[in-house]
Amino acid sequence: MSGERASWPLYEVFVRPRRGLNHVHVGSLHAADDKMALLAARDLYTRRNEGVSLWVVRSDAITASSPDEQDPFFAPSGDKVYRHPTFYPIPEDVPHI
Amino acid sequence: MEAQAQVQARFDAAVAAEQRVEPRDWMPEAYRATLVRQIAQHAHSEIIGMQPEGNWLTRAPSLRRKAILLAKAQDEAGHGLYLYAAAETLGVDRAELTEKLVDGRQKYSSIFNYPTLTFADVGVIGWLVDGAAICNQVPLCRCSYGPYARAMVRICKEESFHQRQGYELLMTMTAGTDAQRAMVQDAVDRWWWPSLMMFGPPDGASPNSERSMAWRIKRHSNDELRQRFVDMTVPQAEHLGVLLPDPELAWNAERGSWDFGEPDWSELQQVIKGHGPCNAQRIERRRAAHEGGAWVREAASAYAAKRAAEEASGERSSG
Ligand SMILES: [Fe+2]
Ligand SMILES: [Fe+2]
Repeated sequence: MSGERASWPLYEVFVRPRRGLNHVHVGSLHAADDKMALLAARDLYTRRNEGVSLWVVRSDAITASSPDEQDPFFAPSGDKVYRHPTFYPIPEDVPHI
Repeated sequence: MEAQAQVQARFDAAVAAEQRVEPRDWMPEAYRATLVRQIAQHAHSEIIGMQPEGNWLTRAPSLRRKAILLAKAQDEAGHGLYLYAAAETLGVDRAELTEKLVDGRQKYSSIFNYPTLTFADVGVIGWLVDGAAICNQVPLCRCSYGPYARAMVRICKEESFHQRQGYELLMTMTAGTDAQRAMVQDAVDRWWWPSLMMFGPPDGASPNSERSMAWRIKRHSNDELRQRFVDMTVPQAEHLGVLLPDPELAWNAERGSWDFGEPDWSELQQVIKGHGPCNAQRIERRRAAHEGGAWVREAASAYAAKRAAEEASGERSSG
C-alpha cells in the first residue's frame, strides 16, 4: 500500500462539448502517463456524450496568474472603458449601430 | 496581525456576498479542514456505496437490469473520483485519504453498512437512498467552495437516473406477483429508517451545523432536509402501493407537511461507531480491492517510466 504514495502525476481535463465550442476545463485526474490520462478522462468525464474532443494537460505544466482578485496583473484592462461599445454615445435615431 | 484580520474580513465578506472561494484563495484553516473532512467523507461514501448494489451485479434478473446497475455503479465510482479531485485542490493527497478510510480514521455514510438481502433492495436503494442523497446534494451545488460545488453539479445531473431506475424497478415488481410485492415491502421496511438517518442527527445534536451554514457550505439544517425528503417520498410510496413503516406518519394541514416519527438515534450512533451489520465487511472489501490493485498501479508506473526513458534516449541519439 505504501507504493502508491509515490503518486501518479495530476492532469487537468478539458472537454469540447460540441463542434464550434471551446474546450472547457471540467476537472482533474491522476494517471501514469498521457495516454492513460486520455482514457481515464474519457471514462470519467464523458460517460454521457459530454464531448467530441478531449485535452489532458499535466497540471505542473500550467503557468497561472496569481489567484488574487485584486491582482494588479489584470490592471491594464481595468481602466480602458473605451474598449467597450457602451463608451460611445450615439443618438437613438441612428439605426443599426 | 493586521494583515491577517484584513484577509479574514475579505474572506467573510466574499462568502457573505455569495462569491465562490477558489483553491488558491486565502481561507481560514478551520474552513479548509471542515471541507477536507466533508468532501473526503462524501467521496468515501460514493466508493463504498458501490458495494451494497454490486452484491447484485452478477445476479440481476435480466441483461437490461444488469446493464443499468453496472452503469449506476460506474457513476458512483465517477462521483467518488470527482470528489477526491475536489478534495485534492485543498492540498491533500487522494492516496492518503484512501489510507485513512481503510484505517478507519475517516468515515463514510452509515447507510452503506446495511446489507442488500434481495433484488428489491436494489430498487429501494435507488428510490430512497439516492433520493435522500439528492435532497442533501442539490443545495451543495451552491456551496461556497468552487471545486466542491462544481463536482456536485456534475453529480446531481447523474443522480436523477439513479433514482428513476430504482423507482421503475419497484413499479415493475409491484405490478408482478404477491411474492414480488412482499419482497418490495420488506425492503422498504428495512431501508426507510436508515434513509431518514442519512440526513444526520437532529438539529439540536449537530453542533457544527451553524458554522457550516455561516460559511455557506451547508444551506439547510438536517431536520429541514429530512422533512423535505419525507414530503417528497410519501406520495411516491402511495403511488407504488407500499407502506412506509411509521405509525406516526400523518398529514399536518396546518404545517402543510407530513408529521413523522423519531428515528432510533442510538442505532445511528452504533452504526457510526462501527457496529452496523456490515461495517467490517465494507472496509475489508475496500482494503482487499486497494491492495489487490497495487500491482496494476505499479505496472502502469513502471511502463510510463520505461517509455519516458526510451523517449529520452531516442531524442539523444537522433539529436
Ligand atoms: Fe453518487
Ligand atoms: Fe447515486
